[in-house]
Amino acid sequence: MLERLKEFASEFFVTGDPLIYGADVAIGITMITIVAVLTYFKKWGWLWRNWLTTVDHKKIGIMYIIASIIMLFRGGVDALMMRLQLAMPNMDFLHPEHYNQVFTTHGTIMILFMAMPFMFGLFNVIVPLQIGARDVAFPFLNALSFWLFFLGAMLFNLSFVIGGSPDAGWLSYPPLSELSHSPGVGQNFYIWGIQISGIGSLATGINFLVTIIKMRAPGMKWMKMPMFTWSVFSTCIIILFAFPILTVTLALLFLDRFAGAHFFTLDLGGNPMMYINLIWMWGHPEVYIVVLPAFGVFSEIVSTFSKKKLFGYKSMVFAMLIISFLSFFTWAHHFFTMGSGADVNAFFAVTTMLIAIPTGVKIFNWLFTMFRGRIRMDTPMLWTIAFIPCFIVGGMTGVMLSVAPADFQFHNSYFLIAHFHQVLIGGVVFGYFAGLYYWWPKMFGFQLPEKLGKWAFWTWNIGFYVCFMPQYAVGLMGMTRRLSTYGWDTGWWELNFVSTIGAFLMGVGFLFQVAQIADGIRKYKTLKASGDPWGGRTLEWSIPSPAPEYNFAITPRGDDIDEWWEEKERRAKGIYPPEQPLEPIHMPKNSAIPFIMSIFWFIAGFGFVFGWLWMAILGLAGVGICMIARSFSYDTDYYIPVDEIKRTEASLRGSV
Amino acid sequence: MAEHNSHESHGHEQHGSLKSYVIGFILSVVLTIIPLVVVLNDMMGRTAALSVVLVTAGLQFVVQLFFFMHIRESEKPRWNVMALIFGLLIMLTIVIGSIWIMLNNAVAH
Amino acid sequence: MAQAAAKHGHDHAHDHDHGHHDPQELKILGFWFFLISDVILFSVLFATFIVLRDNTAGGPVLSELIKMPGVIAETFILLTSSFTSGLAVLAMNQGKVKQLISWLAVTAVLGASFIVLEVTEFIELIHEGFSYTTSAASGAFFTLVGTHGLHVSLGLIWMIGLMLQLKKRGITDVTRGKINVISLYWHFLDVVWIFLLSIVYLMGVM
Repeated sequence: MLERLKEFASEFFVTGDPLIYGADVAIGITMITIVAVLTYFKKWGWLWRNWLTTVDHKKIGIMYIIASIIMLFRGGVDALMMRLQLAMPNMDFLHPEHYNQVFTTHGTIMILFMAMPFMFGLFNVIVPLQIGARDVAFPFLNALSFWLFFLGAMLFNLSFVIGGSPDAGWLSYPPLSELSHSPGVGQNFYIWGIQISGIGSLATGINFLVTIIKMRAPGMKWMKMPMFTWSVFSTCIIILFAFPILTVTLALLFLDRFAGAHFFTLDLGGNPMMYINLIWMWGHPEVYIVVLPAFGVFSEIVSTFSKKKLFGYKSMVFAMLIISFLSFFTWAHHFFTMGSGADVNAFFAVTTMLIAIPTGVKIFNWLFTMFRGRIRMDTPMLWTIAFIPCFIVGGMTGVMLSVAPADFQFHNSYFLIAHFHQVLIGGVVFGYFAGLYYWWPKMFGFQLPEKLGKWAFWTWNIGFYVCFMPQYAVGLMGMTRRLSTYGWDTGWWELNFVSTIGAFLMGVGFLFQVAQIADGIRKYKTLKASGDPWGGRTLEWSIPSPAPEYNFAITPRGDDIDEWWEEKERRAKGIYPPEQPLEPIHMPKNSAIPFIMSIFWFIAGFGFVFGWLWMAILGLAGVGICMIARSFSYDTDYYIPVDEIKRTEASLRGSV
Repeated sequence: MAEHNSHESHGHEQHGSLKSYVIGFILSVVLTIIPLVVVLNDMMGRTAALSVVLVTAGLQFVVQLFFFMHIRESEKPRWNVMALIFGLLIMLTIVIGSIWIMLNNAVAH
Repeated sequence: MAQAAAKHGHDHAHDHDHGHHDPQELKILGFWFFLISDVILFSVLFATFIVLRDNTAGGPVLSELIKMPGVIAETFILLTSSFTSGLAVLAMNQGKVKQLISWLAVTAVLGASFIVLEVTEFIELIHEGFSYTTSAASGAFFTLVGTHGLHVSLGLIWMIGLMLQLKKRGITDVTRGKINVISLYWHFLDVVWIFLLSIVYLMGVM
């Protein structure tokens, strides 16, 4: 009996690696600490009422962002481990199997569990405020989306210490990811972690589409909407059509592994190339999903910190919509070398080149906005200005890659790695950081200390170039991706060594960011922010920081572009909006179902991962019961009475 | 019709009448029988039969959109229609794109 | 001028919203978007089926095993159920709760018959050696058609839940919205079946 237990444990838990044992200990200590602190300060009720069961978009947004920063840490550590292993030839720090696990988790985490939630966090905190709404169209669904993401991410992360991480790359190509070549449970963790959080992503796409279409403030016509909201709209269009592709493709892979199907196996008629075709049909739109909101952030920041209206509003809108549309027609450029032939490759090469054009338009518009503006170099603006040259270079290398014959040289080399990191970090990460710094006071009611922010910025920025510029060169010198080591005779080591230094510089940058946040929290009383600390232009700056639960006591109008700026000009001339009577505000009630349903999804996923059908069925049954419970629940709203609104407004605006 | 209570269901006053559902049903039945008869009686060559099948399917889809799902009745702008059209475009891209690419990537079997 | 006035009626109503939006309107739009995402889901399954339909690995071929009478029965049963779900909505718009529930029950019974026929069809195919794991082609068939069947089955459970809610609460704004949503879903499933019939079965036996 004990023998059987020991055998089970040695398969179940990941053994033999000191790093992992260390992680086990850290996880255990963290969990115990959290439980202890909550119990000591008697905060379980607070946690349940304010966070676990909330349907408030502002709180949901904050939870998304906190989760994404934790995932940024884990993905970043993965990166540093890889760079350490590659700093010198023939290093023995990570064995090849480990190296495979590390690059797999690095990619999966950064895109799906860092970038996506960060983006959804920004959507949630800002979009309803920008359009003058009190919440999103479907607050319950919104909460469900977050918890599905969170539990899906937890499931994926668990593989590190239980069962074993996936190791077939962030896109898990068959036949390597099939049972024949990956008999362990790692791939199952991959599939289920992503599937569960993917449902949440699709739901968020639908939620924000309906919110933006139907819940804009009176007077806010489409072409008066803030640019960030436009970027969210364009992004959600892509999400709606792209995510189902991912869901099906991963499901088919799982059916191969679990039910003996032969979609992508090497035998009985399977075709692994079909997987590559399908996964990139999702994969390419996905990268536009993450970059478009960053473009939206930059538009907001550029105009606010240049004290100037955004140049070329209409062309900015059309550029983003065209990008959304075209993003569905370029996917085969990810597998030019698979063998589809010249006709196919030529078509996709051309569409890929086309999609660079609207982005170019946007860059010019940002530059024209800054021209003759009164520029303030606060942290958000620093990140924005740094993005421009970085993304231009990354974009140009993208056009180089789009030349299909040339891509036969570039494909899967470090040239490719440098390209996509440049656009992802220079575009997406810089953009989300800029957004975080810009909207931080709105979320939390205090500013972050500028000095540490500047240290963070410079180390990140310099570190980025030091890390990735050498990678273009070493790629052209023949170094392919996913190499766990290389020899002295390749001549690659100097550039790799420099690249590693850059990576660690970025790590230092991250530490500065953490220090900045910690310092800010420590001194938050002295850093208190008004409703409008930056001289903002859009409606989110017209309410106190942080915003009251109901956002707007009176629904604003949105007749002009940069409506809040126009309103401030009017008030400076003594023109005030007419007094409007307060009315009771209709709000959605909290609900425990999103949290509980997601836990059941986790249980189901865990069961499927290990092939324990009883657990999977139990989990799915729980999900079903939660859905039925929700269908039968009719007591889902309440009203905030007028005198409570009056009191809240008085106390918030009194201190502003 | 002149009084529009903002709380009343604008978009989904489904003006469907018994007549429209019956017409839709009958048309659908006819559009189902035609391809069944053509194919099961081997009445045409492959390409012709395929065209009949796909065209009647497309027509029945449109019939059901109009007569069952009342797609014409939401108020403008008709977001559901726009999304549907884009969705159909993506659907065609996925199906035709996959067929085109995979035809060029045939695997020995 | 009259046109402008008529249109004004609609726009005006929105302007008077004061941020209070009709939740049922939001739900229907959101559900249309969800259905369109479901279209994409089925598109991928269709694409996979078409690409892999000839990869039979030397095993049984679907076209030789299809029994059209059952398929034709399934087709007309589902189509009729789509029609009866429309009759249910008509009854609802006329405020007739009992009729509404009755037509929903008829729809559910037809839907259940569809499932029974389909399960029988699957079992027969498996007995002929055309099972889920036989080949890429067979797996693709069962996954595509089976996913549709799963959608129908979940719809049946949903329908029963709504019938219970209608019994308890009658026709309200909220229950009206729910019935509109599920009827849209049910029609959608019949539309998907049109293409399953055409591409899987009819093209299969050509």
